Amino acid sequence: MTEVKSPEVSAPPAAVPDELTEQPGRWGRLRPFLPLVALVVALILPYSTLHLPGIFEGALNSPGTLQLLAVCLVFGGLAAGYDLLFGRTGMLSFGHALYFAAGVYGTDILITRAGLPLWQAAPLAIVGGTILAGLLGAVALRTVGIAFAMVTLAFAQVGAILVARDFGGLTGGEEGLPLDVAGLPDGLVGVTNTVNLYWLALAYLVVVVFVVHRVSGSPTGRVLAGLRDDERRIGVLGLDPYRFKLVAFTLAGGLASAGGVVYCLIVGGASPHITSSELTLSLLVMVVLGGPGTRWGPVLGGILYMYLDHRLVSFGTSDAVNALPAFLSRPLSQPLFVLGTVFILAVYFFPGGLASLAPRLALLRDSLRPGSRQQG
Amino acid sequence: MDAIILLTLTGLGLAALYFLVASGLSLVFGLADVLNFAHGLFLGVGAYATWWAAGNLPGAGPDGLGFVVAVAFGVAAGTLMAVLVELVLIRPLYSRTIEQVLVTVGLSLAGVALLQATWGADARPFPRPAWTREVTSIFGAQVPNGGLLLIVAATLVLGAILAFLRWTRYGLIIRAGVENREMVTALGIDVRKAFTLVFAIGGAAAALAGALGSVYFGTVSPQQGGSLLIFAFIVVVIGGMGSVVGSAYAAVAVGLLQQFVNYYGTSGLGDICVVALLAVVLLLRPQGIAGKAVTA
Repeated sequence: MTEVKSPEVSAPPAAVPDELTEQPGRWGRLRPFLPLVALVVALILPYSTLHLPGIFEGALNSPGTLQLLAVCLVFGGLAAGYDLLFGRTGMLSFGHALYFAAGVYGTDILITRAGLPLWQAAPLAIVGGTILAGLLGAVALRTVGIAFAMVTLAFAQVGAILVARDFGGLTGGEEGLPLDVAGLPDGLVGVTNTVNLYWLALAYLVVVVFVVHRVSGSPTGRVLAGLRDDERRIGVLGLDPYRFKLVAFTLAGGLASAGGVVYCLIVGGASPHITSSELTLSLLVMVVLGGPGTRWGPVLGGILYMYLDHRLVSFGTSDAVNALPAFLSRPLSQPLFVLGTVFILAVYFFPGGLASLAPRLALLRDSLRPGSRQQG
Repeated sequence: MDAIILLTLTGLGLAALYFLVASGLSLVFGLADVLNFAHGLFLGVGAYATWWAAGNLPGAGPDGLGFVVAVAFGVAAGTLMAVLVELVLIRPLYSRTIEQVLVTVGLSLAGVALLQATWGADARPFPRPAWTREVTSIFGAQVPNGGLLLIVAATLVLGAILAFLRWTRYGLIIRAGVENREMVTALGIDVRKAFTLVFAIGGAAAALAGALGSVYFGTVSPQQGGSLLIFAFIVVVIGGMGSVVGSAYAAVAVGLLQQFVNYYGTSGLGDICVVALLAVVLLLRPQGIAGKAVTA
């Protein structure tokens, strides 16, 4: 139980003695610039021919690595958008995959089946996904809590059935629908242009982080935080919880369908597994692992989850794992087993996720340093 | 006419499967407020334990009495799994609803992956008694015996659960706990024992659904539980959370609707009609057919 030691952490002292106030160390001063540093690293990354054996298979600027990184960045953005619902507004939606899939399949169908160019298809898909989120949200939000989770799950299931059963021959059914590259600008086609897709994914992530940051800092964002903490109180204050929740739901849906457009371009098509409820569940895992309600936690969680999901497959078939006895090597070869177990442990032992790791470690360091906590 | 009887009976077979999964979910949710995503895992454990026992356990086999032993072993395994999950994972988190959901989500991901790692991702043929592959002629309709077996089993389980809830002391505690848990606790009754009990009942019913469902489909695969679970959730919401009888009515409605629309309309349309039914029920009667009023 993590609650036991919490009084020591959360009880604010009446007056903080000088030696206990946090002195910004060498790294502490750098902290506000860390996101900027990360962005610069991400920007120069495609120009690097560095080999990181064990972490990536090829050089950093090889198409395979760039594509993996691009997928990771998109899911970082998706997780940040999902956090707008889960971490910041306290809505547990199990249907977020639907709006992502609307973006993916919308783009794919409009380009491949209807023959539209990308600059028309992408906005249409995003607008369509947003409207869908608004309409379904208007119905689903009539319920609260667990019932809301179930209704969103059921709506997303309809999407999955529609895609899998291939009504009207639009979606390609179980086999998916490869993207027709004729409708794309030349810069986005071909293996050599993977780097442009990487830029696109990075741009998407930056946009989502910016939007979520602006929204959560605005008066609307404070109402959303209020809804998460005590919905009834917001109602008493004369604000309509339904309307604010619908705004958050629609916005998150729109961000997810924008991510779907980018994902469709990166992967070069659509496949039915992205409509499954498992995708929503993994978004939930990303947010919780990263730290719900924090600015960078969900982004980190999303990037790390997708990276592990891809890399654990090759880790599972590596010699080191194969040398283990069968009862260990077999489960370890399943990425979802490892991630699921890590997730359960995280819920118990790190309720704040990755984002809470740094303060916790600092606390541990302080308590281990002799003489630093006489009062404690 | 034949087609209608056949569709009714196969629809009821499907309903029986949904009911077996949903009854446990509904009781667990009604009493302990736990939305259990790992319920599909109990189903998978039951199915695989039965499959394993039929091949490996002495005294068990794919036919006759041996099959009964195999199913009993599967149900016991599912029950044990459910009790362990409740004691080890859920109990430390009581009254923290979101964390409980998260833990069961993680468990369902990891558990299904573990089943997949151990027995492979592909569906495996399920050993089943010869008579379940045959059909019975009822008013001229050829009804598969596996479906009839499901209907009989679900009816027995429904009767047993209702009798247990009505005439035993623990049943009384569970019914009272669904109504008002704080009051039961205030009367000095340890309601957590009842939590373990409903998990055990739910696990047993789900494992039975896994075993008999595999008999019906003829195969067993790790993902089986997950796809059934979504419809079981729908059944629970339509029926009203915490009500076993409501789950039974809702399961019959969902099973019949799905079967008839899938036959007379396009395949897959029935599944969509079920979700439409859910939306209608939620808009007109948010607490479900037989549920207590939902509070925020």
